[in-house]
Amino acid sequence: MPAPQCASCNKARAALRRPRSGQALCGTCFCAAFEAEVLHTVVAGRLLPPGAVVAVGASGGKDSTVLAHVLRELAPRLGISLRLVAVDEGIGGYRDAALAAVRRQAARWELPLTVVAYADLFGGWTMDAVARSTAGSGRSRSCCTFCGVLRRRALEEGARLVGATHVVTGHNADDMAETVLMNFLRGDAGRLARGGGLGSPGEGGALPRCRPLQLASQKEVVLYAHFRRLDYFSEECVYAPEAFRGHARDLLKRLEAARPSAVLDLVHSAERLALAPAARPPPPGACARCGALASRALCQACALLDGLNRGRPRLAIGKGRRGLDEDGPPREAEPEPSGPPASEPVPAF
Amino acid sequence: MLGKNRLIFPGEKVLLAWSGGPSSSSMVWQVLEGLSRDSAKRLRFVPGVIYVDEGAACGRSPEDRARTLVEVEQVLQRVGFPSHVIALEEVFGLPPSVLRCFAQEPESVGTEGAYKAAVDSFLQQQCVLGAAGEEPWSQPRPQGPQSLAGPPTAVQTEALSRLFDSVKTLTAKEELLQTLRTHLILHVARTHGYSKVMAGDSCTRLAVKLMTSLALGRGAFLAWDTGFSDERHGDVVVVRPMREHTLKEVAFYNRLFAVPSVFTPAVDTKAPEKASIHRLMEAFLLRLQAQFPSTVSTVYRTSEKLVKAPRDGCAASPPGPRCLLCLCTLDVDSADSATAFGAQTSSHLCQMQAPGPQAEAGTPTTLCCCPGLGGAQGCCSSPPWTPCRLTSWPRPSSAARGPGASRRSKRICWGTAMMRRCPVGAEVRALGPHPTRNRQARTGRQGQAGCLWLSTCINKNVLIRKLYSTHGAGRAGPLAVCGAGQRRAPQGRLAGAAVLRQAGGAAASLPTAQ
Repeated sequence: MPAPQCASCNKARAALRRPRSGQALCGTCFCAAFEAEVLHTVVAGRLLPPGAVVAVGASGGKDSTVLAHVLRELAPRLGISLRLVAVDEGIGGYRDAALAAVRRQAARWELPLTVVAYADLFGGWTMDAVARSTAGSGRSRSCCTFCGVLRRRALEEGARLVGATHVVTGHNADDMAETVLMNFLRGDAGRLARGGGLGSPGEGGALPRCRPLQLASQKEVVLYAHFRRLDYFSEECVYAPEAFRGHARDLLKRLEAARPSAVLDLVHSAERLALAPAARPPPPGACARCGALASRALCQACALLDGLNRGRPRLAIGKGRRGLDEDGPPREAEPEPSGPPASEPVPAF
Repeated sequence: MLGKNRLIFPGEKVLLAWSGGPSSSSMVWQVLEGLSRDSAKRLRFVPGVIYVDEGAACGRSPEDRARTLVEVEQVLQRVGFPSHVIALEEVFGLPPSVLRCFAQEPESVGTEGAYKAAVDSFLQQQCVLGAAGEEPWSQPRPQGPQSLAGPPTAVQTEALSRLFDSVKTLTAKEELLQTLRTHLILHVARTHGYSKVMAGDSCTRLAVKLMTSLALGRGAFLAWDTGFSDERHGDVVVVRPMREHTLKEVAFYNRLFAVPSVFTPAVDTKAPEKASIHRLMEAFLLRLQAQFPSTVSTVYRTSEKLVKAPRDGCAASPPGPRCLLCLCTLDVDSADSATAFGAQTSSHLCQMQAPGPQAEAGTPTTLCCCPGLGGAQGCCSSPPWTPCRLTSWPRPSSAARGPGASRRSKRICWGTAMMRRCPVGAEVRALGPHPTRNRQARTGRQGQAGCLWLSTCINKNVLIRKLYSTHGAGRAGPLAVCGAGQRRAPQGRLAGAAVLRQAGGAAASLPTAQ
């Protein structure tokens, strides 16, 4: 039997069914619907005011590629201008190939591209070097912790370099659902209290951040990229198998198989979690060293780098260790639950 | 645990919900020990035990159920508290007041002075009641188990098993069972004057329940579902004294102290791992626990940090409308929100050109107020609870209905609503014999797991609504034989019931003819 007609235009044959509603749509109608929903998210949440200069965290993966494409389509309507910022963590064999994809995209879309590298920003520490230095601890390497925190900082620096007013990242609904599950399994009440919204409004001098794709599930992102024939890089990070996020991702995939609406249910739950005031993170101040947003004396990036430089890489990881100026369980400096802008998993410790 | 949260007053009547399983048996046993100890730490309340026989929901034969009941009664004789053995079929005879939340004056528990004051006022109440001729609270008299009504009739059993069979997914079945069981226990507690109910959930079970509620969209109500005390129902408070003990500890305790327990198969016994969200979460947590031994206690600790206020801290504002079934304040947003809920309904915008029959396939929101009830809505908004406004699934008239209208009249919370929605149901139904390969693999896997979504997906809420609606509305049929508890409903509810009848039996196999 041939495929049914598209539900909205009734002219073309349907090419897919939306995972969310089971509606049969042809390719163009689906892309139109996807873009309309992203537009609705941005407009209803008042995320990107007109005249904003928006730095898109581009990693070359499917999420950031789709995000950049959609925002480029919607830019005239929203009145924003885009800049691409790519972060080079120095992971050999992975990041260089991804950066090549980003460069191709920037050339095709004619968007200005800025590449910020860890090696330049953080005193010569690349992710490979970090992994080597934490490898001897006897436990798992937890390089994803470093990568996530440092990438946030790098993105912020890159955005400032290009003079942006807002930062957007391509987290989709699956990422948010995994983050909630992970935070519960890790018992991270601070991040649970902080996360769940549509992004942070940017306190204490940090740029406001948002995630326009937050309510689109991963399947829809992939399908959109397919129908628009977008060119992206789809390999997994070399350090991905060691991440805790893998467990949460596995659980989420099983839940989704049992019940497809589970992803959006989790996002809905996350928005409405009510945590005790004592569990909420303290109001942010400024880091003593670099002046960025910090919950304690030093921001997490500075604390991690300090540990690396002193040869004690696990100094800033975990609760209440000796050394530095810590006096409580560590909280991430930037008020954002760390998640991947591309497809590599990053656990929020 | 009870001493730390000073909620149980001396002399209060407390109902122990005993399921026969290890943790509730352990709880009953500890209460028994605690009452008999002659020390300062002696527990000082009046217990009763309730056992709900859920055999019909699990599809057990009457002989099996009778055998289990014999064992149950033996154990209850040993325990010696006044006990109630209820069959789940009694749920057909519950009055609609079960769904009502009786407003309670707020007690500030936690400060020394407030507790003493509360105990004093409670004792004064008891003295007044004692003068009026009620029995004294000092000693619990050992009594045999008493049932509410006689053994359930075959018709009721048939009706109950048909109800559960019409629920297609194990997840929805388990949720339905929990809801019905809670309502039944509440009703028994109210009729016999128990003001507290003790549930025997252990730490492990609560961790699983927490994660499951998250996955079902009940993030706003986690504190009620898994906290120590649950006072949604107003006059009856549910407490969970076993929530700090893991299943392992309970098992050791039971073995060392030879605590009697009765094994009854449940709805999800021997179900494969992928059969329901509950099973998935349980399997995942226990597997992770093997690798990271602190998982369950970490999740439990996180649950301790949850509070019952809404997230934005607007606790000063009066509580909004409550969900019909779980009696929590509604967590669905009003129009124009950019949240996940908004995303579900915003896809309406993309379907506005769709003709009528297509709306059936693709509608994510199907709760729509019948236009005829527009007037009724006004007159029924005054009572503290709002009657059920659900029409059957789905409504064929679509084009005029915008997202605002469909959201205006929702009266159940997101979690319960998601039990009714099955977008994949529409997918499977409309797939026909020509599915694409990957689609088939996905639904095929679901088919293996035994939870097929069908087009006449369970309209759980309509069924429960029919269960609880009054017999005074003139319904004939075998369900009306329950007899007890006939009450005239307020006008709004009758109007609601009338609309339900008019809207037709679009819900699947209903036990009675309208």
